[in-house]
Amino acid sequence: MLEIKDLEVGFGGITALKGISLSVAEGEIVTLIGANGAGKTTTLRTVSGLVRPRAGKILVDGQDVTRLSAQARVKRGLVQVPEGRRVFPQMSVLENLELGAYLRKDAKSVASDLDDVFARFPRLADRRKQHAGTLSGGEQQMLAIGRALMSRPQILLLDEPSMGLAPLLVQEIFSIVSEINAGGTTVLLVEQNANMALQIAHRGYVLETGKIVLAGTAAELTSTDEVKRAYLGG
Amino acid sequence: MEQLAQQLVNGLALGSIYALIALGYTMVYGIIQLINFAHGDVYMVGAYVGYFCMVHLNLGFVESLVIAMAVCTVLGVVIERVAYKPLRKSTRIAVLITAIGVSLLLEYTMMFFVGADTRTYGVLPPFMEQSFNVGGVLITMKQIIIIGVSVLLMVVLQYIVRRTKVGKAMRAVSQDADAARLMGISVDNTISFTFALGSALAGAAGVLVGVYYNAINPLMGVLPGLKAFIAAVFGGIGLIPGALLGGYFIGAAETLVSGYWSSLYTDAVVFGILILVLIFKPTGLLGSNVREKV
Ligand SMILES: Nc1ncnc2c1ncn2[C@@H]1O[C@H](COP(=O)(O)OP(=O)(O)OP(=O)(O)O)[C@@H](O)[C@H]1O
Ligand SMILES: [Mg+2]
Repeated sequence: MLEIKDLEVGFGGITALKGISLSVAEGEIVTLIGANGAGKTTTLRTVSGLVRPRAGKILVDGQDVTRLSAQARVKRGLVQVPEGRRVFPQMSVLENLELGAYLRKDAKSVASDLDDVFARFPRLADRRKQHAGTLSGGEQQMLAIGRALMSRPQILLLDEPSMGLAPLLVQEIFSIVSEINAGGTTVLLVEQNANMALQIAHRGYVLETGKIVLAGTAAELTSTDEVKRAYLGG
Repeated sequence: MEQLAQQLVNGLALGSIYALIALGYTMVYGIIQLINFAHGDVYMVGAYVGYFCMVHLNLGFVESLVIAMAVCTVLGVVIERVAYKPLRKSTRIAVLITAIGVSLLLEYTMMFFVGADTRTYGVLPPFMEQSFNVGGVLITMKQIIIIGVSVLLMVVLQYIVRRTKVGKAMRAVSQDADAARLMGISVDNTISFTFALGSALAGAAGVLVGVYYNAINPLMGVLPGLKAFIAAVFGGIGLIPGALLGGYFIGAAETLVSGYWSSLYTDAVVFGILILVLIFKPTGLLGSNVREKV
């Protein structure tokens, strides 16, 4: 469904991605794990069209989207929950969610999706008039996910949703991601928390300084010595 | 007492003009952190378009106002697309210098076509020349029109920014442009729209001033432009309520100084206010450390 081919991205003198390839099939949760600065965020930003690659291709359902605008990619169902949540801090919870549906014209199904999001995240429903900037970190993460759901994603790109959250909340967020996936949305999950990510993912890739060094099913990766040592704390 | 009330009425009229111009400065700053120094000249162009419509085409005030706003809308969008958009990734100083260049270009292009002489809007329709004596305070129809039109436009602006989709996109882009892109918002179109709105308001201000003072010239945008910029900084640049507060405050300060003291000192007072604000509250009266920009 999503295919990345030999993607190369540079910033001035730095080469952040040195030709990476990966794929995500329909219905899968695929995780991309790696240490700080490995290039995980750069990968997602390039997939979303915020960064232009030096070389390589991004395909969605076999069609090349590498030259498309960020807007056109959202239309294609490629939707991102960015690193650090990036909710609009001075806008209400409701307005943030409405912005998620920015490209949609079908007012009725938007309204019913809004109900679904509030049903999934009751804490957002209680705070719909509150400014997003005043929400707790966990609530902001829920809002960022809810906002992405309002775009009706085909492929949901998540950048470190567990960042800065307490273990219990991390559990909650990950089980929500599983639920969303079970509902038919394909997921590419970027994480440093390899342990949790490999628990819900079907497959995974390990990124190290701009290169994919390992790939396999979640079970395979979990039992690999290198992964255990570098990412699973044992 | 009557003197004070009189000066406040005058200040309200003048402040409306500053507020209308300041809104354009502040919205553009909020969205791309650019001080658009050509903004005062868009206001000047608005005044000339109004002049042309009323004097040469014999159109009414309302038609002329609408046409001036429309022309300025297009002008603002063209300026943004041609002069600023190619510099989106350049340093701020490069864009700032470009803005000054655009300002000079507009001023002297206008001078080339219409000459440097001051022109008058001529005889206005009789209803606009009326005035009313309210308990010793003289209120002219022109003042009522200026205040009324300004308030109407401000209400419309608030509605657009708060309630409409494109207004929400403006606020989203000003708060986090990349996150806005991830929602599928076209940042370029939203920036253009912001220039369009601000320029329309400046165009309206130009016509209102033409009617009020009945004298326009190609450099008329320089000083009001600067003062409106000061008004925006005073209220907190990037903040719509700040521009309104600043506009009315500067307008009132000017009329009070010229009423009680001497019109020679008004500019000194306004620039003095700017210096004080910059020293004591650089983010402006309504600005805080974390601030909403549109
Ligand atoms: N806009 C940029 N300009 C210059 N260098 C950049 C830019 N964005 C990323 N980089 C560099 O690219 C490399 C990869 O960064 P990236 O943010 O993709 O890492 P990451 O894997 O997401 O790390 P983290 O886990 O800390 O979020 C880093 O060396 C970073 O400094
Ligand atoms: Mg990252």
